[in-house]
Amino acid sequence: MSSVERPASKPRPVYLNLARIRQPLPAIVSILHRISGAALFLVGVPLLLAGIQASLGSSQSFESFRAAMTTPFAKIVLLGLAWAYLHHFCAGLRYLLLDLHRFIDLKPARQSSVVVLIASLVLTLVVAVRLW
Amino acid sequence: MKRILVGAHYGLKDWLVQRLTAAVMALYTLLWVAIAAYQGGIDYALWQALFANTAFRVATLIFGLALFWHAWVGMRDIWMDYVKPTAPRLVLETATVLALLGYAGWLVDILWGAR
Repeated sequence: MSSVERPASKPRPVYLNLARIRQPLPAIVSILHRISGAALFLVGVPLLLAGIQASLGSSQSFESFRAAMTTPFAKIVLLGLAWAYLHHFCAGLRYLLLDLHRFIDLKPARQSSVVVLIASLVLTLVVAVRLW
Repeated sequence: MKRILVGAHYGLKDWLVQRLTAAVMALYTLLWVAIAAYQGGIDYALWQALFANTAFRVATLIFGLALFWHAWVGMRDIWMDYVKPTAPRLVLETATVLALLGYAGWLVDILWGAR
């Protein structure tokens, strides 16, 4: 292990304070994958079920549900959930590729993290344009 | 006798389940994208027609079950990582299971219940 020892002039940090450690991009994608998944479970699933139920009732309830989803607050929630779904989707595809030993070196891992972050934001922008 | 509850067995199964359920949900998502692209959007008539179709209902049920199983594996991981004391973790895990079972029943009611 002597080959990986750091020079004494550059001491390693001894704290494990998450707020003070600069997170690498793959770590940011990872924690966002977790946060988006939790949000989809806590908010997305009940809203999705309530939405399908309301919208299938009659053409009036379909339109009233559609109207309820056009308020600014509802649109922000929907946009947040759209991002959560898209980020979770893109990051999940990245994990499937990592399972296949793609992008596992440091540089490709960073690059694919950037692709996931940008692709999910661009797709969310597409949804935002459709919403407004 | 004291049993040690470790080993790769259930971890490997959860790992595989998480990927297979994700694939099912991705296919269902692409089905919706394809329908919306082909029809140029989704109005009430198309929405009604889709959910009146038995094959579409079955596909939606399979999507829902994949989603609920996927959510269970993910949420259990979150509770295990952040809630170390056993009692609150068990409460949260139980609440998660009950919520997901409730959602499954709700989905069946939406798909096949009386309108």
